[in-house]
Amino acid sequence: MKNDRVRDFGEYVPAPDDDLIVCRCEEITKGEIRKAVRDGLFNVHEVRRFIRCGMGLCQGKTCARLVKAIIARELGAPVASLSDATGRAPMRPMEMGVLANETGL
Amino acid sequence: MKRYDLIVVGAGPAGLSAAAEAASLGLGVALFDENARPGGQLFKQIHKFFGSREHKAKMRGIAIGAELLAEARGLGVEVFLDSPVAGLYENRELLVRRGDGVRHYKADAIVVATGASENMLAFEGWTLPGVMGAGAAQTMMNLNRVRPGNRALMLGSGNVGLVVGFQLLQAGCGLAAVVDAAPHIGGYGVHAAKLARTGVPFFPSHTVLRAEGTDRVTGAVIGRVDTDWNVVPGSEKSFAVDTICVAVGLSPSAGLLKMAGCRMRAEGPGEVPERDDDGETSLGGVFVAGDVSGIEEASAAMIEGRLSGLAAAAKLGFVGGEALENRREGLRSALGSLRDGMFTPKNRGKIPASTSEGLPVSESLLTNGYLGDSEAGRYPGVKSAPGVHPVLECAQNIPCNPCRDACPKGCIRVEGKIIALPEFVPGSGCSGCGMCVASCSGQAIFLVNEDIGDGKAAVTIPYEFLPLPAKGQTGTALGRSGAPLCPAEVAEVRLIGAYDHTALMTFTVPREFAMTARFWKSEVAR
Repeated sequence: MKNDRVRDFGEYVPAPDDDLIVCRCEEITKGEIRKAVRDGLFNVHEVRRFIRCGMGLCQGKTCARLVKAIIARELGAPVASLSDATGRAPMRPMEMGVLANETGL
Repeated sequence: MKRYDLIVVGAGPAGLSAAAEAASLGLGVALFDENARPGGQLFKQIHKFFGSREHKAKMRGIAIGAELLAEARGLGVEVFLDSPVAGLYENRELLVRRGDGVRHYKADAIVVATGASENMLAFEGWTLPGVMGAGAAQTMMNLNRVRPGNRALMLGSGNVGLVVGFQLLQAGCGLAAVVDAAPHIGGYGVHAAKLARTGVPFFPSHTVLRAEGTDRVTGAVIGRVDTDWNVVPGSEKSFAVDTICVAVGLSPSAGLLKMAGCRMRAEGPGEVPERDDDGETSLGGVFVAGDVSGIEEASAAMIEGRLSGLAAAAKLGFVGGEALENRREGLRSALGSLRDGMFTPKNRGKIPASTSEGLPVSESLLTNGYLGDSEAGRYPGVKSAPGVHPVLECAQNIPCNPCRDACPKGCIRVEGKIIALPEFVPGSGCSGCGMCVASCSGQAIFLVNEDIGDGKAAVTIPYEFLPLPAKGQTGTALGRSGAPLCPAEVAEVRLIGAYDHTALMTFTVPREFAMTARFWKSEVAR
């Protein structure tokens, strides 16, 4: 169900709290996330790649649950039916110079 | 590439315990933590812990942390701080930041004990300075010695909200209210009662509507929610606060495990790794312990850490046979006793009609945060008696029994399971030593002498605020609800080493308030 691309969710209807910032690092609003779902991005991975929510300095530590809940509500699906974003290295923010400086191999 | 028998990620209660357990069995252990200081959340926990002697009950978290760290280091665990683990790869290989570069490490077994992070709420104004996680406020106060604000509102009445709320008061920050969308207080009644008797009101079935202010928080507005979570029009209430603390649960920090390809399962709004009873995940040799595998108290995390360290040692052939079985059995039984009672994960969100003794639960404790004066007497710790005697206002089945071990006279009985309510045994010769008062992690034990002559009674309360009042100082006695009852004079303040920083403050009140006066403030009631 969650990846059913032909499913019709109806038109995007503006909501009074659409201007609420949800992802503080990338300044993504609730409305932008809701619109992304209407644009056919049906899970956390797709939405974050499209509008970068959860891809800032905190890497979604603050907003990941909030974003997931908004997507689930928009889809009319249980939150538990959506998986979390994939973890990737580096798991913590790190300068590229540090990452490139491999020692003790 | 440096290689160890076991690498533990995260030096909190679970990770330190896993490292110590494995090292004690002969494994070469490295422990990585991204923070400058080890201990995870333990060094922020200035309150006394619940449980039994085997769970280090009545010790403060900060002392437990110091003890665990000394144990791990003493057993030869190499502790690497300021060392964030950036990746976990196939065949138990780790990428770790060390200084201005990264290094690869490999281990035959890995324990991931990365803990959890705080959940947030998005509401109007939530990005204003002054809105913060309760854990963040706790870090400011207890690690960095910075008071978060002058007056706070706490969103969430679980144990984190209640404990941090009390610590805000201790730090000199006012607490305007504790708000929870659920119809009942989520954390231990004893934690709520500590706040309520200082005059902090509780608002169950309420949610935050907005934070007010332009540059920073200057106020908060809450509203009542109906059973469908809709805000009831006209129910808004405003508070002048400069701080809003959010304590609405924790989410496991399981990113490393997901990255490594562990099978995950949905739990609440997040995901946790699938694991067996010893914490082993779907990736052989990769274990989890503590909050990363599901949110619980630190006491449970420490035992889970021991179990995973033990299992790792067994997997690598460092322990086996009867020694392994006995140790595992002991740890599992200790963990089982912690997971009993009204607040276990399996009972989350459910309210029993009666205690395990068959007594009706206190509805007032669950909604107002304090035992009703007419309810208190139904519990076995609350009885009238001649002379000085303890009054144990312990009304919920939680896994805790240090009061029984604290009493040298046998005045306190906790029979059968650790979750049983403590019973005061009249006639057993209470000497008024106060060890029970200081041992109660919930600050729910009082000493009362209902008749000291001249129509007066003496009430002794645990008191963890500074400055300590002086003998002879006059103030006001407050009831369980925090309502002022009567003038009260300080008769004695005792603070000895064995009380572990909990002062015992005795005040005198007219006799009719002996069984209701439960707090004292220096302000004289108008």
